[in-house]
Amino acid sequence: MTDSFMVINNREVRFEPGQTILEVAGANNIEIPTLCHLKGTTPTGACRICVVEVEGPDKLVPSCAEPARVGMVVQTESAEVIKARRSILRLMLSSGNHNCDIKDYDTKDWTQDQLRLLSGETPQELCPAWGDCKLQDLAFKYQVKAVGQPLSECKYPMETGNPLIVRDFSRCILCGRCVQACREVQVNNAIDFGYRGADAKIIAGTDVSLKDSDCVFCGECIQVCPVGALFEKKAKNGARPWETQKIRTTCPYCGVGCQQILHVKDGTIMKVTGAEDGKPNLGRLCVKGRFGYDFIYSKERLKTPLIREGETFRSASWDEALNLVAHRFSKIIDTHGPDALAGVSCARSINEDSYQMQKLFRAVFKTNNIDHCART
Amino acid sequence: MTNSFGEFSRAKMFLVIGSNMTEAHPVAATFLKNAVMDGAKLIVVDPRAHALTRFADLHVPIRVGSDIAFMNGVMNVLIKEDLYDKEFVKTRTVNFEELKQTVLACEPEAMAVICGIEPGVIVKAARMLAAVKPVMLCYTLGITEHTCGRNNVVSTANLQMLLGNMGMECGGVNPLRGQNNVQGACDMGALPNVYPGYQQVINEESRKKFGTFWDVGNLPDKNGLMIPQMMDGLVDKSVRGFYIFGENLANTEPDIRKVEHELASAEFLVVQDIFLNETTRFADVVLPAAAWSENDGTFTNSERRVSRVRTASVPPGKAMPNWWIFREIAKRMGQTWESVSAQEIWDNEISVLAPALGGIKYHRIEGDGLQWPCPTVEHPGTPVLHQKIFTSGKGSFTPVTWTPPAEVPDDAYPFVLSTGRRLYHYHTRTQTGRCEGLNDLLSEETADISLGDAQRLGVADGERVVVRSRRGRVEVKARVTEEVPKGMVWMAFHFREGNANWLTNPAFDPFTLTAEYKACAVSLEKA
Ligand code: SF4
Ligand code: SF4
Ligand code: SF4
Ligand code: FES
Repeated sequence: MTDSFMVINNREVRFEPGQTILEVAGANNIEIPTLCHLKGTTPTGACRICVVEVEGPDKLVPSCAEPARVGMVVQTESAEVIKARRSILRLMLSSGNHNCDIKDYDTKDWTQDQLRLLSGETPQELCPAWGDCKLQDLAFKYQVKAVGQPLSECKYPMETGNPLIVRDFSRCILCGRCVQACREVQVNNAIDFGYRGADAKIIAGTDVSLKDSDCVFCGECIQVCPVGALFEKKAKNGARPWETQKIRTTCPYCGVGCQQILHVKDGTIMKVTGAEDGKPNLGRLCVKGRFGYDFIYSKERLKTPLIREGETFRSASWDEALNLVAHRFSKIIDTHGPDALAGVSCARSINEDSYQMQKLFRAVFKTNNIDHCART
Repeated sequence: MTNSFGEFSRAKMFLVIGSNMTEAHPVAATFLKNAVMDGAKLIVVDPRAHALTRFADLHVPIRVGSDIAFMNGVMNVLIKEDLYDKEFVKTRTVNFEELKQTVLACEPEAMAVICGIEPGVIVKAARMLAAVKPVMLCYTLGITEHTCGRNNVVSTANLQMLLGNMGMECGGVNPLRGQNNVQGACDMGALPNVYPGYQQVINEESRKKFGTFWDVGNLPDKNGLMIPQMMDGLVDKSVRGFYIFGENLANTEPDIRKVEHELASAEFLVVQDIFLNETTRFADVVLPAAAWSENDGTFTNSERRVSRVRTASVPPGKAMPNWWIFREIAKRMGQTWESVSAQEIWDNEISVLAPALGGIKYHRIEGDGLQWPCPTVEHPGTPVLHQKIFTSGKGSFTPVTWTPPAEVPDDAYPFVLSTGRRLYHYHTRTQTGRCEGLNDLLSEETADISLGDAQRLGVADGERVVVRSRRGRVEVKARVTEEVPKGMVWMAFHFREGNANWLTNPAFDPFTLTAEYKACAVSLEKA
């Protein structure tokens, strides 16, 4: 195969046939902003924020969809490009309820603005994506304001009718990433573009609520939404990125073993996302992995050892409970032999726990009567 | 699994048998669906027309428990039509002649009767399987939870060897594990016959090795009891002290009434868990444990990948990590164990003792986990097993023949009850039942029945029905659905009320003592 070369920002770079301009740029550490592009899915060219200038007649092309060609000469941040991006951003900002201050912040006073928000005076109705929004980032980067433009009323009310996913159409920029994620990543085919022109909306089924559609609440759409149009109801605005610690772990449910990122604030998990590029799930999760974390905070958790007293239990110290267990097990071993003890380990707990339990049975009790529910 | 989830999206063809993957292993199913959207072929063999069948090129709705008949029929066609992989069979396997003898007696016509399908479907499936290479075979509990569970598993291996689909990428036999760490619990030796790393307890060498490492004498030299034997032992008093860690046996074992009698017979019962549940009702001592994300550790997934679990929260009250509790009991019985963290237990004991885990250390699995066998710290892990040769030399065909479930429908109990899991819940809901939102999406048990049966019995969707077996009765809402074939009732075991295990049959596979959760006979009537 002969090497293929093109020029990006006056630099000659090599590419593999079939790569898009965006991919070639990425491989060469040249950043091009994107909104609708979703890695691994078919490009839709919906947002056009990724436009670049190509020498030739059709000057501005979306880099996420345009294949690289030999001899192509591309500028990723030319005056033309910036002008186009700014006008796209202005339109997006004015078409929705982007009440994160980005609309009319003082460009010279960005730091002050940040400090004010960090101080915790953030109003509750502030967009849940604040600080984690690609639109906000880009508006700042390209210094776009939409001051004075009236907020256009959103035709569609917020959907809060299911317990897990909130859909706020007033902030939707119709990038279509959620549709791609639902259709091409998770292949659940629950949502799609509906209606036309100014009425455009992401619809579930025949524009029913998620609960009444084919949606299986995997939440992949939330994970890919670049703005605050989709979010986890359970997170309750408590997962601002600067407040949370990100901890990678493994899902406690099925044998796929998906890798999760726990967003933890003050020792409490606020939300869970898939670990992008982590094996084996490559960022994907299902409903249990994404929303099944808060059982550990249940009020019904056992908090102290319990010892039976007649029909009920009484609380006991660890010493008392453990001494009792050791004493009763020793007595059974003494009178009936070690094989009068048996134990069942837990197929949900960590390896180290199962190891310790079988060691206890074999090395201490001296019986091999140890099993687990391998079969359920 | 012999192979890895990473191969799913690249695979050319799948045979999914006895696995409701979109609900039980949803993320694995997404990769499979990705492949199908890219043109991979899919055959689903399952009594129910569950969601995955919408993506299938061929759905074979066999009768519950007829898997072996189906696979033998397919192998019959493969051999008769000379469609099998002769090179693979010759160089990599033994015992082909015996297999041939058995399956040549399994004509598709006869097998089709057992399976309740047309013979042509068996022939078609065989030809489709032979036309693409490799084929990835995936199964779940639909294969194992039968009295012939072990033979079902053997059949899947026979079929894949005959097709020459073993030991290569995007092929193999791939059981998807039901619980997150079943693989790990087996690897750790929480089994009556093996130490960590599958080293036999009856082998003197192994006993010596573990005895020396643990610094103890006379390790027991005969295999221990499996769960059903332990339960019987409680009643006949051969087992007196019983220690249950994290399993809600009172709801998960077949025939709840019998199980409760057994648990009540225990002389001294210790239950270690994170919640009170149906099982703790019988306990003498309950020990409060730290839960997932309250301590560090590792899980091993179905593809043998050891991944890290990390601490995010502190356990409530006095709850402690399980490994700590076991260590404290050992101490009170005269043994002081050195390791005082999960990392020390793994790095200094487990990975030293189990050769296949020798190269897996915490510092190597900070990011992605590693797949065993991984014998040395330089080893990259093993995504595909049996690549050049089978771990145990040549692959051996083990012919098996079909046997019916232990209990089949009759006049008094004319329906088959089959059980499984639903998407929004997990097991007895000790976890998911306490997660905000999940319970709202699915808040009670249902009996799934076919349109035809519903009409015949005059039951509308959502109306209450009584399901009865020889062991018990439950009253639940009917869910009338096209997923379920005529003559079947399908239920889960997530809820205490209407739990299918009031009905299920404690009949076990003679080799694995796995219970037949997938088939028993029930009657059905409007409540
Ligand atoms: S939650 Fe999952 S299934 Fe539902 S719309 Fe989002 S991506 Fe689709
Ligand atoms: S909901 Fe989010 S991801 Fe979907 S189209 Fe709107 S902005 Fe894009
Ligand atoms: S996220 Fe879903 S598919 Fe992944 S391990 Fe958890 S339960 Fe299984
Ligand atoms: S990112 Fe390229 S068109 Fe949206």
